[in-house]
Amino acid sequence: MSGIVGRKKSGDVIIFIFLAILGAFMFFPVYLTIVMSVKPTEELFVFPPEIYTSRPTLKNFTEMFEAMKKNRVPFSRYVFNSITVTISVTFLQTVIISMSAFVLAKCQFAGRKLINKIIIISLLYQSNVIYIMQYMVINKLGLIDSLSALILPAVASPVGLFLMKQSISQIPDSIIESAKTDGAGLFRICWQIVIPNQKPALMTLIIFAFQSSWNMQSGAFVFHEEYKTLPTVVNQISTAGLAHAGISMAAAIFILIPPAVIFALAQSQIIETMAYSGIKN
Amino acid sequence: MFKKIRKELKKNMDCYLMLMPFMVLFVIFTVIPVVMSMPVSFTDFNMIQPPKFIGLSNYTSLFLSDKIFMKSIRITLIFAFFTGIVSYIMCFIVAWLIDSMPRRTGNFFTVIFYIPSIANVYSVWRVIFSGDMNGYINSLLISAGIITSPVQWLTDGRYVLFTAIIVQMWLSLGAGFLAIRAGLRGIDRSMYEAGEVEGIKNKFQELIYITIPSMKPHLMFAGVMQIVSSFTAGTVIQNIAGFPTTDYNAHTVMTHAYDYGWVRYEMGYASAICMILFLVMYFVNRLMEKFLGKNTD
Repeated sequence: MSGIVGRKKSGDVIIFIFLAILGAFMFFPVYLTIVMSVKPTEELFVFPPEIYTSRPTLKNFTEMFEAMKKNRVPFSRYVFNSITVTISVTFLQTVIISMSAFVLAKCQFAGRKLINKIIIISLLYQSNVIYIMQYMVINKLGLIDSLSALILPAVASPVGLFLMKQSISQIPDSIIESAKTDGAGLFRICWQIVIPNQKPALMTLIIFAFQSSWNMQSGAFVFHEEYKTLPTVVNQISTAGLAHAGISMAAAIFILIPPAVIFALAQSQIIETMAYSGIKN
Repeated sequence: MFKKIRKELKKNMDCYLMLMPFMVLFVIFTVIPVVMSMPVSFTDFNMIQPPKFIGLSNYTSLFLSDKIFMKSIRITLIFAFFTGIVSYIMCFIVAWLIDSMPRRTGNFFTVIFYIPSIANVYSVWRVIFSGDMNGYINSLLISAGIITSPVQWLTDGRYVLFTAIIVQMWLSLGAGFLAIRAGLRGIDRSMYEAGEVEGIKNKFQELIYITIPSMKPHLMFAGVMQIVSSFTAGTVIQNIAGFPTTDYNAHTVMTHAYDYGWVRYEMGYASAICMILFLVMYFVNRLMEKFLGKNTD
């Protein structure tokens, strides 16, 4: 399909139509969320329910902010917490994971095979399954009720490492060997030769880190209001029930926009950088 | 022995230093919690009193007297089939089709298909599948004359699993989808030219002999992501259909662990449930490795 064999214009049109129809189904719930977030509350109870609104309003958004203001802690505090968590996790993950992924993919040292095996197995142990045990560890370290309790466990992401390592291992060894003969140290090879060649994987890593940390709920690791993150509070106010659906949708849109925009922007950069990333043997 | 370790350390000091920040955090926040859940599963532990060793009795009660657990296994397997295998194939086909589009169009579609997995937008499904006439599905079906009275999609035991599968599949074009997309993009175009010289005649042959073999690492990664998300599903169902679901009809193993861990504070029992889930996931993972061919090193 992606090759040069049998490239026909008519085939491309059929594929386009197919993707457009499937895409419309995928996007419809998102579209509906947007429409409902600007729908006046009265219109929510009309039968049959409309998939558009003739009188869009921002009332749901202002009500959402009002509802958050009623909390003891100012709204800006939650935004600050979420931004701090997002920036710290994304930055630390990118730096720490890039280095370890390079070492695990391209260096020969004792214990490498074992570590690689453990990391692959640990990919399966990623979820709320280990949340309970994580709580005990964080408690022992005295980190409960701090932003570190949210940041530190998220940094060493096996998923991110695995992805980066898989991508780096595609680079031919000869490039690294020739850099070594030129006298470059591992640290320099990593940051000046390997990582600049890994922009697509790097972008993906950053996008994942950003998304997971921006969506992060404080959960059981934080009790005090002043350390809670934005999605936590948004979740608290968006109680079920059709009357609150408008506010709930406004909140969902508010949280969705930053990662969606960043993803859309990074997407085009992935494609841009891909043109230079082909390494020929 | 000691000398050997010192020699190795000296020789590869750079490696170990560059690896250290990750390993320290990884051991503290992933390895220790996972390793700990094993001994905890042999105890009776409520987080307040110290754990009490009770041998295998958590496991025996799971398999011999916990009917809901047995049901949750069946539901998890059905769930894993649709949100794991079916959606994995869907990820690949969509990514493959997108790859043949011009760049801008391809980018646009990638965003469209990926957005559902990004954030908490799935609350909209509560409105779509709402049990009254204002639910979008109900109103559509009533207007079309297919049903006469609203269906309780989220609370009727007959439909809740179906609804949960639909929502989870909608969310499932996530990390795995992107990995496959990146894998397809990364294939050296000259491989296809070489393939043509070697006698590859159509797109299907191209797919089997060039495309798939060149992106096995990405396929493997996508597979693992799919296993994790399909076997540990539960949060989304809980959020749209409530907890527990009617007659436990969409009650997954993960929901069962949540029930005992965070609702009843029976950590020992919850750990035992997780250990079983881990074993099943590990086994499925090995199966996939065999299927795709060993290439994870």
